[in-house]
Amino acid sequence: MSVVGILGKKIGMTQVFDDAGLVHPVTVLKVGPCVITQLKTMQTDGYEAAQIGLVEFVKASKVNKAMTGHFAKSDVPPVREIREVELEYVAEGQEAAKAGDRITVEIFNESRFVDVIGNSKGRGFAGVIRRHGFGGGPKSHGHMFQVQGSIGASSFPSRVFPGQRMPGHMGTNQVTVRNLRIRGIDAEDNLLLVEGAVPGARDGYVLVSKAKTPPRERRGFAGAATKDALKASKKASAKKK
Amino acid sequence: MSIHPIMQKLAEKFQRTDLPDFAPGDTIRVQVKIKEGDKERLQAFEGMVIATRKGPQGSFTVRKMSFGQGVERIFPYNSKVVDKIEKVRSYQVRRSKLFYLRGLRGKAARLREVERKIERPAAAKA
Repeated sequence: MSVVGILGKKIGMTQVFDDAGLVHPVTVLKVGPCVITQLKTMQTDGYEAAQIGLVEFVKASKVNKAMTGHFAKSDVPPVREIREVELEYVAEGQEAAKAGDRITVEIFNESRFVDVIGNSKGRGFAGVIRRHGFGGGPKSHGHMFQVQGSIGASSFPSRVFPGQRMPGHMGTNQVTVRNLRIRGIDAEDNLLLVEGAVPGARDGYVLVSKAKTPPRERRGFAGAATKDALKASKKASAKKK
Repeated sequence: MSIHPIMQKLAEKFQRTDLPDFAPGDTIRVQVKIKEGDKERLQAFEGMVIATRKGPQGSFTVRKMSFGQGVERIFPYNSKVVDKIEKVRSYQVRRSKLFYLRGLRGKAARLREVERKIERPAAAKA
């Protein structure tokens, strides 16, 4: 496999027990199967990436002409949701990714952590306490409760500084959660179980990719896949002495 | 809200079926796996079931008196720590949550013993 990520849907949360008897909260994601709808190349686009689409049933009449042509070019069925993901380094002798390739949850077979990108739930017009975590005012003695108070000095500067945190629309932002531990892969049903919460509502689209910066190896934590380069070099130099 | 079919399927996959049927008011013996170093041994926790929670993430509460001190443990049904459950005896109770037993001790905490029909065939008992 040659892409780092896959598109999926959030299904819901449950809990699983590990072999030590500990319980872990997990989010169930239905990821893939996806198809590569297009390859972005250095020559034409200035960067390398794969455009992938989640295979879902889409009525042909719901797809406009431009997209129909786009899908026909790669000879893939029409898809509703499209994202771009990075390409993985391809070793010599291995087949490189090409348009029309199928991507399944099996790309995570050898990884232990994933990053998940989703759109957070909409909170509507939210006040400063909910939106920015302000403390709020005193609860009694003739005070208002949930107001933000002053938004700056008076005659100087006679304006409100840009970036002043105020009430407004909250949610439906793109949110990335990094390094969620994989707790289970079900290739048959295209399910991925990740530990912890994932942004967005149920049935929301999520982009799951291999963790960019997985947790580094700790002492006594033999299972970590990555190595701390700094510590390794220190160890090596100490041995030489 | 109804359960998503995928969640339903997952829940069925994780569900344990080897435990016998028991209800609040039963006295049960739970064999708990305890890890000591590399070795694993079983420890029994015997007491009365005073509450159960249904559903895919259900649990049950077992209460016992230990040296005059009430001790309660909550076990998830699907926990891997629970090795085996034996039903010891059943008592007649009229509610599903027996929290009132916490305030009673000695003679006052007695219940009338009954023979409760096991709704499921005894195949699960083995």
